[in-house]
Amino acid sequence: MISLFAQLVKTIGNLTRTNEKVAALSRYFSEAPEADKLWVIALFTGRRPKRTVSSTQLAEWCREQSGWPAWLFEECYHTVGDLAETIALLLSPPTEAAQDLPLHYYIEKLRVLSAATPEEKKSFILDCWQRLRSDERLVFNKLITGGFRIGVSQQLLVQALSKLLPLETSQIAHQISGQWDPSAISFSTLFDPSHLATDVSKPYPFFLAYAVEDDPTGLGDPALWQAEWKWDGIRGQLVKRQEQGFVWSRGEELMTDKFPEYTSLLEQLPDGTVIDGEIMPSIDGKPLPFSLLQTRIGRKNPGKKQLESAPVAFFAYDLLEWQGNDLREEILSTRRALLEELVLGQAHPRLSLSPVVPFADWNDLRRQREAARDIGAEGFMLKRKDSAYQAGRRRGDWWKWKIDPLTIDAVMIYAQKGHGRRSNLYTDYTFAVRDGDKLVSFAKAYSGLTDKEIAQVDTFVKRHSIEKFGPVRTVEPLLVFEIAFEGIAASNRHKSGVALRFPRINRWRHDKKPEDINTLADLQQMLALYGK
Amino acid sequence: MPLIQFTESGLYCARGGFYIDPWKPVDRAVITHAHSDHARAGSAHYLCHTDSRPLLQMRLGADAIQALPWGESISMNGISLTLFPAGHIIGSSQVRITDNIETWVISGDYKTVDDGISGAFEPVACQHFVTESTFGLPIYQWRPQEEIYNDIRLWITENQAQGYTSVLLAYSLGKAQRVIEAIRHSFPRIHAHGAIANAQETLIAAGHPLQPVIRITPDTPKADLQKAVVIAPPSADGSPWLKKLQPYKLAVCSGWMQVRGNQRRRNADVGFVLSDHADWNGLLQACRSTGAENVYVTHGFQSAFARYLGEEGINAVELQTDFGREDEEA
Repeated sequence: MISLFAQLVKTIGNLTRTNEKVAALSRYFSEAPEADKLWVIALFTGRRPKRTVSSTQLAEWCREQSGWPAWLFEECYHTVGDLAETIALLLSPPTEAAQDLPLHYYIEKLRVLSAATPEEKKSFILDCWQRLRSDERLVFNKLITGGFRIGVSQQLLVQALSKLLPLETSQIAHQISGQWDPSAISFSTLFDPSHLATDVSKPYPFFLAYAVEDDPTGLGDPALWQAEWKWDGIRGQLVKRQEQGFVWSRGEELMTDKFPEYTSLLEQLPDGTVIDGEIMPSIDGKPLPFSLLQTRIGRKNPGKKQLESAPVAFFAYDLLEWQGNDLREEILSTRRALLEELVLGQAHPRLSLSPVVPFADWNDLRRQREAARDIGAEGFMLKRKDSAYQAGRRRGDWWKWKIDPLTIDAVMIYAQKGHGRRSNLYTDYTFAVRDGDKLVSFAKAYSGLTDKEIAQVDTFVKRHSIEKFGPVRTVEPLLVFEIAFEGIAASNRHKSGVALRFPRINRWRHDKKPEDINTLADLQQMLALYGK
Repeated sequence: MPLIQFTESGLYCARGGFYIDPWKPVDRAVITHAHSDHARAGSAHYLCHTDSRPLLQMRLGADAIQALPWGESISMNGISLTLFPAGHIIGSSQVRITDNIETWVISGDYKTVDDGISGAFEPVACQHFVTESTFGLPIYQWRPQEEIYNDIRLWITENQAQGYTSVLLAYSLGKAQRVIEAIRHSFPRIHAHGAIANAQETLIAAGHPLQPVIRITPDTPKADLQKAVVIAPPSADGSPWLKKLQPYKLAVCSGWMQVRGNQRRRNADVGFVLSDHADWNGLLQACRSTGAENVYVTHGFQSAFARYLGEEGINAVELQTDFGREDEEA
């Protein structure tokens, strides 16, 4: 029932404690119809239905229905920060008492709209809006605009399902991974372990690590640990089963067609093999900056030019399946030995081993870490040699130990209101460095401040606006922040001539004045040092 | 010279020799209501509604306060000044100022819904109307207050059934009295943070028939607070004071709760959309019913609301003021 789903979204949106979220989800799973449950699992793991109505159409029909001028609709949208919610709030209350229909009914109706005329689409949407209550309209609109980002991780979903199913959590995570169509599978089939045998594409849930706190010294005896470089590419899995090859990204997106470099490798790998590793831009086994990969990941099929300028290789980390056997419960050193044997035996130019870095003690490793940026790595991965390959982000057996980011002091020049839980607050900022007596914008950053600091900056923006361009406010260049980033590359899309990787606010430099900030020349120097 | 001017110290009537809600100390200050962004300390003489006087005394410690009931005019240097109910909080008033040629109404903060304790908002005919715009976007359209009150009562009942204390965060002057009124018949034993108890006791002492609350002190036995209903000011959020009430569920009562992002930001268990400010429709209705040809839009979504009024054929301009800083929990 869509009312039940709307209630779930509302409840979870307000919950912060994991166990309460799990309880709300498992309550939902025990009450909802089978087909709805499947869709909720799909939606909360990012498998959204194909879009048949555009956001532009939705916005236009809402304006028509509510009678507000376009500029006022825009103001509302920038304040709410979410189109689906803006529309739900702007429509007048429902006129008819609605029959409570299941979630899958609406999804199915939306799906068949792909063949409908714009008029038919509009009539269906308006009809639904008229019958649904405000919180139901919100989730209905979200089905179209996509993305239920309400803090339900895959792990949380798995925990909730484990209260209803007689399966281990790792098994559940595996069952819901990969490619499946909620409208073509039943709930019981999805969770039937024997079904795995028929779905040859299925990847394993990725084992992810938290950042090590301060220093790895607390991890104990270094001899128990394996260190590897942490590469900055796209984490992925190569799957080969029954003569078919698949490339999965960590976001569980099937990317086989995007990386034709792996075609001959996948053909060559023996059946029943799954390798975990990094999809890396690379020539002759040497890593290249991530920015090269960015030129081609947006495309379905890369062109010849991109294949030449940004070729990829696969840096193998781990072996998850070998000769058709799930190896995840084996210890890392066993899996590593098999992986090394496999990679050497394959001798394929696109497949290389991500090397293990030998070290005597933690101090030694700390010294070696300083070379990370020159090597093209973002730090180390530390893995217990006796660790199993677990599912999801976990503490304990694996840690990432990244190098300190690059930093630069900059002044804020533009501000825009944020989205989601930052709605109606100025949280999205553009920063500039100095070039003579001019300011040159070079980065946008959305995160890094505490809620309290955000409130202070928000007040500042409201009082020090110079100009308003639609949702963007130009502010007096007075606030100085230290911007941290992971990498720098040349770019002709930005005025400054550089593009930063993962820029974020490291801290607010209350102690610095706008005249103390870094210059464009400083950025260019960093580009020369680290941008190659 | 217009009857009212916009100066560095606030809205000023030169011929009458007084300011309305000035943000700097002046000789004569007319105060619309007792919230601190409108009623500031340091002026020599104050004039406000009868019900605002004890509140100004409590909050500003001021003595020279002249009080005036609604509808009764006084003359200041030949300029006539009258107060009318604004419906925002107890004592909140619109100020009508006229020289019989030009008539201004400065509405302070207001809501058009009658909450039963603040006096019912009364549209006052004028040529110049000064309006707030805290919720001046059409995404802010309030549900009927009785529905929200019902939701609050249901929430408390559920919490009690599950063994939780219900903590409602409500602004100590205004929202708190309204919430207490909404629940007093179902839950007469209401505990309160000191800030709320102070306001409630001041108002009861001034003769308002409000529900007495039980003040929480360090000596309050923990057992008394189990499954209790507690009203606390927003500043209590995240404080050690609040931690002592565990296990509890937390609600925020504010118009900002209309948008989910604001709710999630608060980390409360629930947000009740309950505001002491007019919603979009209330603001429009208020501006239209005065018949004013000129509307001056202050704190809130000034530019959007002024532009919309302009498209509706009302001459509206934005006004930068110092209002709207205390009252975050609108």
